[in-house]
Amino acid sequence: MQLVELLASLLLLLSFAMLAQRRIASLVNLFALQGAVLAASTVAVAASAGLHHLYYSAALTLALKVLLLPYFLRRLIARLDLQWDTETLARIPMQMLAGLGLVIFAFGLAQPISRFGHEITRETLGIAIAMVLLSLLMMIGRRKAVSQVVGFLALENGMVFAATTATQGMPMVVEFGIALDVLVGAVILGVFFFQIREQFDSLELRHLETLKED
Amino acid sequence: MTLSALLTQAAAVVTAAALAPLLVGWVNQCRAWLQNRTAPPLLLPYRTLRKLLHKDAVLAESASPLFRAVPYVVFGCMLVAAGIIPSLGTDLPAGRAADAIALVGLFATARMFMALGAMDVGTAFGSLGARREMLIGFLAEPALLMVLFNVALISGSTAMPVIVDRLVAQGFAVNPSLAFAALAFVMVLLAENARLPIDNPATHLELTMIHEAMVLEYSARHLALIEWAAALKLFNYACLGFAFFLPLGLASEDTGPTALLLGATWLAAKLLLAGAGLALFETLSAKLRVFRAPEFLAMAFMLAVLGLLTRLLFSGGVA
Amino acid sequence: MICSDWAWVGVQVAPLAWLLLGLLGLLRVNSLRFVAHGLFPAGAVVGVILAVCAWRALGAGSCATVLPLGLPDLPMHLRLDALSAFFLLLLGSVAAAVSIFSAGYFRTGEGTAPGLLSLQYHLFLAAMAWVLLADDAYAFMVAWEVMALASFFLVTSQHRVPEVRRAGFLYLLLAHLGAIGLLLCFGVMQGGSWQFTFDAMRAAHLTPGWASVAFGLALFGFGAKAGLVPLHAWLPEAHPAAPSPVSALMSGVMLKTAVYGLLRVSFDLLGAPTWEWGAVLLAIGLFSALFGVMFAAVQTDMKRLLAYSSIENIGVICAGIGLAMLFQGTGLHAFAALALAAALFHCLNHALFKSLLFLATGSVLHATHQRSLGKLGGLIRRMPWVAWTTLVASLAIAGLPPLNGFVSEWLLLQAFLVSPALPLPFVNMLVPVGAALLVLASALAGYVMVKFYGVIFLGRMREPQLEQAHDAGYFERFALVALALACVGLGLLPSVLLGRLNATLGLLVGSTTTAWGELGWLRVGAASHASFSPLLFAIGIVAVMLGSFLAIRRVYHGRVARGPVWDCGYPWQDARMQDTAEGFGQPIRQIFEPLFRMQRHLPSPFDAAPRYQVTVEDRFWYLCYQPVVRWVDTVARTVGRLQQGRIAIYLLYGFVTLVTLLVLVL
Repeated sequence: MQLVELLASLLLLLSFAMLAQRRIASLVNLFALQGAVLAASTVAVAASAGLHHLYYSAALTLALKVLLLPYFLRRLIARLDLQWDTETLARIPMQMLAGLGLVIFAFGLAQPISRFGHEITRETLGIAIAMVLLSLLMMIGRRKAVSQVVGFLALENGMVFAATTATQGMPMVVEFGIALDVLVGAVILGVFFFQIREQFDSLELRHLETLKED
Repeated sequence: MTLSALLTQAAAVVTAAALAPLLVGWVNQCRAWLQNRTAPPLLLPYRTLRKLLHKDAVLAESASPLFRAVPYVVFGCMLVAAGIIPSLGTDLPAGRAADAIALVGLFATARMFMALGAMDVGTAFGSLGARREMLIGFLAEPALLMVLFNVALISGSTAMPVIVDRLVAQGFAVNPSLAFAALAFVMVLLAENARLPIDNPATHLELTMIHEAMVLEYSARHLALIEWAAALKLFNYACLGFAFFLPLGLASEDTGPTALLLGATWLAAKLLLAGAGLALFETLSAKLRVFRAPEFLAMAFMLAVLGLLTRLLFSGGVA
Repeated sequence: MICSDWAWVGVQVAPLAWLLLGLLGLLRVNSLRFVAHGLFPAGAVVGVILAVCAWRALGAGSCATVLPLGLPDLPMHLRLDALSAFFLLLLGSVAAAVSIFSAGYFRTGEGTAPGLLSLQYHLFLAAMAWVLLADDAYAFMVAWEVMALASFFLVTSQHRVPEVRRAGFLYLLLAHLGAIGLLLCFGVMQGGSWQFTFDAMRAAHLTPGWASVAFGLALFGFGAKAGLVPLHAWLPEAHPAAPSPVSALMSGVMLKTAVYGLLRVSFDLLGAPTWEWGAVLLAIGLFSALFGVMFAAVQTDMKRLLAYSSIENIGVICAGIGLAMLFQGTGLHAFAALALAAALFHCLNHALFKSLLFLATGSVLHATHQRSLGKLGGLIRRMPWVAWTTLVASLAIAGLPPLNGFVSEWLLLQAFLVSPALPLPFVNMLVPVGAALLVLASALAGYVMVKFYGVIFLGRMREPQLEQAHDAGYFERFALVALALACVGLGLLPSVLLGRLNATLGLLVGSTTTAWGELGWLRVGAASHASFSPLLFAIGIVAVMLGSFLAIRRVYHGRVARGPVWDCGYPWQDARMQDTAEGFGQPIRQIFEPLFRMQRHLPSPFDAAPRYQVTVEDRFWYLCYQPVVRWVDTVARTVGRLQQGRIAIYLLYGFVTLVTLLVLVL
């Protein structure tokens, strides 16, 4: 129980770290770490609730989010020569402040919902909601395409966490489906990046603004 | 107030005063090793203090009596702080007279007097240092207080011996909010003690320094007291961190000198590790620009508040 | 009951005595000696008497009387209870010190004639006492308006200066807007009985909706007087314009009458405050605190800086009151008592140290004729009395132990620490975070005070004529030392006052905090919860300081040589290279940039006489005030078209109005 709470807090901490991280390469590392903590928390829930199918889910998370996707993203970064690229983020404290507001909102939101859930849910659901909101905030604040993808993936982490703790995991089929979706999405986005860069010589998303019709 | 309490109290103050320069020496030594330099002797800080105390003091012509009082005030604050932080045992009578909030107040008093002393002589560097010190201070103080709020909420008290006793009584139950608080605390420690990445303790380059800019005008015994107080501050912060996040081996109430000795051994071990860790961190990291410092501290503040929030979440909103 | 006691008589007589002293000034309007050495010291004695009587009355029940004054069938009611006694204590003690200071402060040839000034001054004091004593809306409003008018004339005592007139006008305008709010508030509170005594209002039962309306109106009315954001615009204008003792009184006492009014209305007249009011007040208070202190940090005029700092302190007080309402509204009476004790204690603290600081700026102003921080410096060497007493106040206002500012901060933080017990979701998460903002504000206050004190008193003199500065006179020194001692005494022995405050707390929240502990100890909650002994704390620090000092003397030596300042290899450093007030504000300007409306003028590389200029303005002025001004202007212009200048037309207006009304009646 305590372990799940600790891991949940770590997940929240990592979300904030991602929000404040400027370097894209480090962002991917943080994402991998988040995946690892997520897998660990799934295992913890599985152990405490005695649910075997959650072990598979944890393994899936480990394989996909700790190994495969980060590897893919790192290769992408290497291919696109982005190792030392940083986001030009203005006012990180402001973003953190907004994040803090979101956390309070999420925690408050979780209070009534969690009354219906069982024991694990009560606290962790708030954190899961906060993770999703923080990832969205991160995507809003970023300009580089790669960090947007990481934000998207982190959002999915939040969803999975909510699912494991609130409803003790989704049916295996759904989970596989989502995993596949995420993987395919990431691959498509990777391909997309090359296209963007060929077109604009840059991965700054603001160039896409020129595509609109006037 | 029993005899053992008095013993613990006296031991805490004396240990702090005696060991603080050693901690600085140890950190410097570790850092030299890590950077492939020949390390200065471990006892160098003591020798420096002795040398400084022997010298004749030189005061700037424009220095007022306030300037001469500052070293004593700062040293006094730091030593009193050492008396209320449970470093060896938790049976501290002074811990009743001054709680965690008063501790933050003590640090703030010392900081404010340092800044006033720096402005007193009227040099550009002094006032620059004072301004930066206050800049760091006003961001670090709330962060530190939020960390203290965290532990105070867990233990339902602001008296530090009580806090530590209750944290120990909970066993090694991991409190999620403590993880946040610990991280925030380390960040505050680095900033408040003029360590990297906020300030470089090894430099005397005008434009990168905060603490050193403020003490430029002190000499001899005044400088000795200031340096000693700075060492004490690092020591105090380290002990504060141990007390909250690593309360191992602390002597509890009504235990004899043996428990105190055991506590001292534990403390020495923890200080050895922490000093080495600090040196390692300082070797690995680079100094931030001054205007990144608020960002760094804002982060510490947010983390502490986040810890508070998770604490409230996990306790169902009721303390 | 104390109705037959001398304390009750003293409290009633004191304002009359002040009034008499004021009128005496008219006998010899132009004699400065008579006014300065006769009337002001006598006024100070009255202040002391009032303070002593109020101290005795504090905690000795309440007493009421009806004065056969005023309109027929509308006599004035006076009443002394624990709440008004506390604020009378504050008024009496600060007025005593300020009056002594004034005896040495006012000079001839500066604006209003001395006799007239004395009338206004003493009328101001008397009116404040009546505000605190009034027991019906009629007496309250009369006293309130007299207070506003007297202070307006005091603010504009240098009325030949255009800025002073402008500041005075702004002050009067906001004071009257506030008064309208109060009138409406009393109108709502009488609750259909059309009785305007406070007793009738206590008895009236308002629906929650109307009660909230009344509270909102009171918040507006008293907020305008207290300087809560966004109704604070007059403070930074009026304080620099007013003579320093007047600023001291206005900031030290008059703002507190607004706090008194807010407490009286929300806790006493309206009965039980709801937690929503508390949440609103807490939010406004915290915002005011942060806003005030941030603006204080970027000011370059010492009195403006102090004015913004007053906004901060009022914010802190209101945050405390708001917290008390939150607790009270949710039935946690003991916690409410704690928060309210903190707020009340801070009222007295602020009255003491802020009036000291304003008086000190008066001395500096007299000695140097400079208000701008950029042209001061090094005054500790020329004005040691002023400098050392100001140091005490600066440390106290920065909330440093073991002075009085820390005590209220400590109490308030303890109150915040119990706030997770609030049985309200969301709120019990937000309120503890409020503590973080409070601490941020108080840490920033430390920054501001280092700037204030360091730039004025420390360093080298930035202008050569400062060498001629002289220390304050004996009257002024006496007042400054008395206030500084009060700050120290209140800091070391807070339980003396807090023990007496229990009566006020009992009156307002129906619960007292009995655990203040014996002499010099502060205890909150259970024995192990929290305790603090400023006395032992101070003894500890002083002992270590003295010990180390003596030890070094004994073991080593005390030799000192004087040498030139180390110039870092650049021998052309001069006093102008020290950090200025602008420089000290720069980090704050940079970090909190969006809050300020800044205009920067940077020199180009080719300027022969390069100048750097930055003006920082208040966004609220443009957001809240300008639109209203523009709107009023438009309306006035539209209405202005009616003005034709021909009598016949005006008669026509009257005729048309009459006919229209008759038609409507038909």
